Amino acid sequence: MNALSLLSVTALLTLFSTEAYATPPAVDSGTTAWMLTSTALVLLMIPGLAMFYGGLVRTKNVLGTMMHSFSAMAIIGVLWTICGYSMAFGESIGGVVGWHEDKFMLSGIDQTIMKGGIPEYVFAMFQGKFAIITPAIIAGAFAERVQFRGYCVFIALWSLIVYNPLAHIVWGGGFLTGDAIDFAGGTVIHVSAGVAGLVAAIYLGARRGYPRVAMHPNSLVMTMIGAGLLWVGWFGFNAGSSVESGLKTGQALAMTQIAAAAGALVWICLEGILHKKATSLGMVSGILAGLVAITPAAGDVLPVGALCLGALGSVFSYLAITVKNRMGYDDTLDVFGIHGVAGIIGAIGLTFFLRDVPDAGVMVQLGHQAAGVAVAIAASAVGTIVLVWAVDKTIGFKLDERRELAGLDHSLHGEHGYGMLNPS
Amino acid sequence: MKLITAIIRPEKLDEVRQALISAEITRITVTRCAGRGQAEHVDIYRGLEVAPALAPKIRLDIACNDEFKQVTIDAILSAARSDEGEIGDGKIFVTALEECIRIRTGEEGGEAI
Repeated sequence: MNALSLLSVTALLTLFSTEAYATPPAVDSGTTAWMLTSTALVLLMIPGLAMFYGGLVRTKNVLGTMMHSFSAMAIIGVLWTICGYSMAFGESIGGVVGWHEDKFMLSGIDQTIMKGGIPEYVFAMFQGKFAIITPAIIAGAFAERVQFRGYCVFIALWSLIVYNPLAHIVWGGGFLTGDAIDFAGGTVIHVSAGVAGLVAAIYLGARRGYPRVAMHPNSLVMTMIGAGLLWVGWFGFNAGSSVESGLKTGQALAMTQIAAAAGALVWICLEGILHKKATSLGMVSGILAGLVAITPAAGDVLPVGALCLGALGSVFSYLAITVKNRMGYDDTLDVFGIHGVAGIIGAIGLTFFLRDVPDAGVMVQLGHQAAGVAVAIAASAVGTIVLVWAVDKTIGFKLDERRELAGLDHSLHGEHGYGMLNPS
Repeated sequence: MKLITAIIRPEKLDEVRQALISAEITRITVTRCAGRGQAEHVDIYRGLEVAPALAPKIRLDIACNDEFKQVTIDAILSAARSDEGEIGDGKIFVTALEECIRIRTGEEGGEAI
């Protein structure tokens, strides 16, 4: 029996079971167990990101920076329940955004079992974690210099106006669904967050004193722990994006591991050759670049592709950060340099390493990939510039000099991250 | 020779260093410290305002020859004072410095500063 007839038999069976008898699919406990685990793993990435970013800023901004990640859990966690899931995964309106009254307030999915045999609640929460982490990633670009309330309003609006439509376009039934391969969010999450970070960092301007004053990380120890949590959480992020518990899940998990290791190795080798010292920050940057590069490709490439994409992600991120230092704009924690650049490398580069070459040919697929990246860049750049401008002009986004120099922790939150450093 | 000790706001350190470097005063010692002047430093802990008895401050110690005393003081004043001058901006103490010895060479006095 060839693949085509197998496909049509499956389609008939699906039609038969859902249309003729309308019996809902039974819960597949294996898949559901893995998707529950993946959902928890992706949530773990957000405190991981908080630690990663929190360690990299100056002592006076550690809590303010960690609060950016945690606030995304609070704000997007609520918004996703109210309307985010409906906007991303509801019925398509013109291929740009979705809407479905059952998904609004998650009101009609209480008993729903999806086609793969998982409760829809699990899928909705799994996708919600992606919606949470994306604005949290952006925060690194303007770390150490923004108003807390401005940030809160910005990520809420960004999620509604940029993320939800983009997730719909690429995954939820919009006009690129099925054409562009974006397995776990290379374009939707990393390219869009990277570009948003770049645009916001340039609009808001550099931190006061940058680059003249040395701005040292307060704790690279915490950054390394955070990077470790991110690596572990990424297995849920990528392998969970198969939305099954089977062959594709295993493939995605293996490629994730391979690319992260390749990215880390290449980065410390580059540093070793160019600076004669491999740094811990270089190690974690390489891990992230490798993980970001494999994100769009995890389910669709072979190990050699994972090695190459991880390595290329690292090389190009390293170059991007070198260029940034020459150009002088202040992307505080290199959101564009790592997430934007490695995301683009992964999304475009995966075309040349595909397990199954698409029928239309490599060049057509390359066109689809480029279109996916272009849509993400355009939507994110336009949406971000409008929102940053609007927030800055109304309630204020950039912090005033006095409070920026005093540090976010005390001036915005009334706390100190490390009280023990001073006798009191 | 004089020993100039300045207690300043932590957030003013970068600006003060820049002002000192502009005035060609580059040899300084910086310490984190805590103290209590007129200023109160209020933190919030689970809704409860707590005022620790001691506020975090930065202490600068600068040894200089007499002719640099005023330059150093002016530089610190210009950078460490808030716009209109506010409680908590800090203090500068000037004390006579009896002796100064460079450990590497054993030089003494003004030469060693």
